[in-house]
Amino acid sequence: MPAPYYVSPEQIMQEKEDFARKGIEKAKEVIVLEYRDGILMVAENPLATVFKISEIYDRIALAATGLYPDYEALRYAGIQGAEIKGFTFNREDVTARWLANQYSQQIGAIYRQPDAKPLEVEILLCEIREDVSSNNRIYHLSFDGTFWEDNEYTVIGGRADEIAGILEDQYSNDLDLNGAVRLAARTFETIEAEVDEAERYQVTAETIEAAVLDVNRNRRKFRRLLPDELSEILST
Amino acid sequence: MVFSGSDHRTSDFLELLQRERPELLSKFGTGVFGTTPLPDSTAASWKGQRVPTPGLMDLHDNLLEGTTILAAVYNEGIIIAGDRQATAGFQVGERRIRKVYEVDTYSAIAIAGVAGPAMEMAKLFQVQVEFYEKIEGSSLSLDGKANSLSNMVKSNLPMAMQGLVVVPIFAGYDLKRKQGKIFKYDAIGGQYEESEYYATGSGGKDAQATLKKLYSPDMPRDGALQIVAEALWDAADEDVATGGPDFIREIFPTIKVIDSTGISDIPDADVKALYTELLDRLRN
Repeated sequence: MPAPYYVSPEQIMQEKEDFARKGIEKAKEVIVLEYRDGILMVAENPLATVFKISEIYDRIALAATGLYPDYEALRYAGIQGAEIKGFTFNREDVTARWLANQYSQQIGAIYRQPDAKPLEVEILLCEIREDVSSNNRIYHLSFDGTFWEDNEYTVIGGRADEIAGILEDQYSNDLDLNGAVRLAARTFETIEAEVDEAERYQVTAETIEAAVLDVNRNRRKFRRLLPDELSEILST
Repeated sequence: MVFSGSDHRTSDFLELLQRERPELLSKFGTGVFGTTPLPDSTAASWKGQRVPTPGLMDLHDNLLEGTTILAAVYNEGIIIAGDRQATAGFQVGERRIRKVYEVDTYSAIAIAGVAGPAMEMAKLFQVQVEFYEKIEGSSLSLDGKANSLSNMVKSNLPMAMQGLVVVPIFAGYDLKRKQGKIFKYDAIGGQYEESEYYATGSGGKDAQATLKKLYSPDMPRDGALQIVAEALWDAADEDVATGGPDFIREIFPTIKVIDSTGISDIPDADVKALYTELLDRLRN
């Protein structure tokens, strides 16, 4: 029996990282913005029923980009884990911090498994504040399971840094919903214009999906912005 | 990929719990007394004709029972309501219990029977419906929700055999057919659709009699609210276990209305007004 080739652990991890990064570089971006009444999530997505943004639990939503089957599995696991925990204890015991740790463990474990493909995902776990005295939480998870907290605005996907750069100049923390949606749309248009100046790219209700966690809603804070509503906001 | 390890994917929360956390369902799955009924137990009724098994008798007298619940279809939707009392033996066990729960935007469940398992079933059912909606990205049909509730009542069979009966009413607005619908259940999970009105629980028969006399299928919302209030009044009047409107403690029956715009609560102040008006009418 031939002896297996020796590959150093450094090289294995480097290759995994390169592999995952390559996957995410191709991924379309999702912008998350805090606005006056909550958190707005906007993704470039021409599909009407396949989502990058979804409801996880009463105050928690997931925005994901990368390889669809990978983040869909995470979405399912998140809803399942949250519902079981809420049923066992109480709905208010399900927090984004807990869920971010679960995701971190799961994604990290797969990343370190010798014979497994790393998850090609970048996700944002958003949690709306309980009341005026607390803060929104946005947990930013990477393909290797590391995570950190973002606030005000954040972006995932291939050109995340460039887009965040545009937002840095434009963002203000007293945006209303319409203002936040228009800022996200304008940002997507600006970054496309940098690539191709000749053909002007226009964001419409058909090219993006958007959803909010709205502090004014009842128990379930998540709401998708329907195409009609989006068109109206974008046309003004 | 699940945090607890299994790879199987389902949009059925009951199935998920049975697989991942069966201990949370011990009461529904196998019954608190095991799967075999005690030798003398009688499949009991929740309507007061119970023949208690020796040994279970003490237990029964200490358990809270939900009493009267009802639903009625009106011209633009459906009303679902229940009194606020739970009764243990010959005692008032709880004056402010809620027996009517919102399930989602277009449906609600009301529960009668042994209060503990009934409330747990309502909670589980609510999660079941919401879990499906989140996983699949679309809601179950109204009939689909009703069938899933039937399965839950069925899995309560071992407890029902011990006399620990749970009987829900499921009411919802069917967006496709543009009408309110009522689903009633028997103790073993049999599911029946009612097109007009239905009442159950210890005062169910009395409430049903009132509805029968006053109901007409094309009633407007206000008229339907009046007869629902009157039916609950008659149930409380005739049945000792059912609680009436309590003007001293300001406790009034729960009434929810579901129409094409979704579910809404009738606020306590409005329910109080309904009863003030009803009492004026009864005095004269």
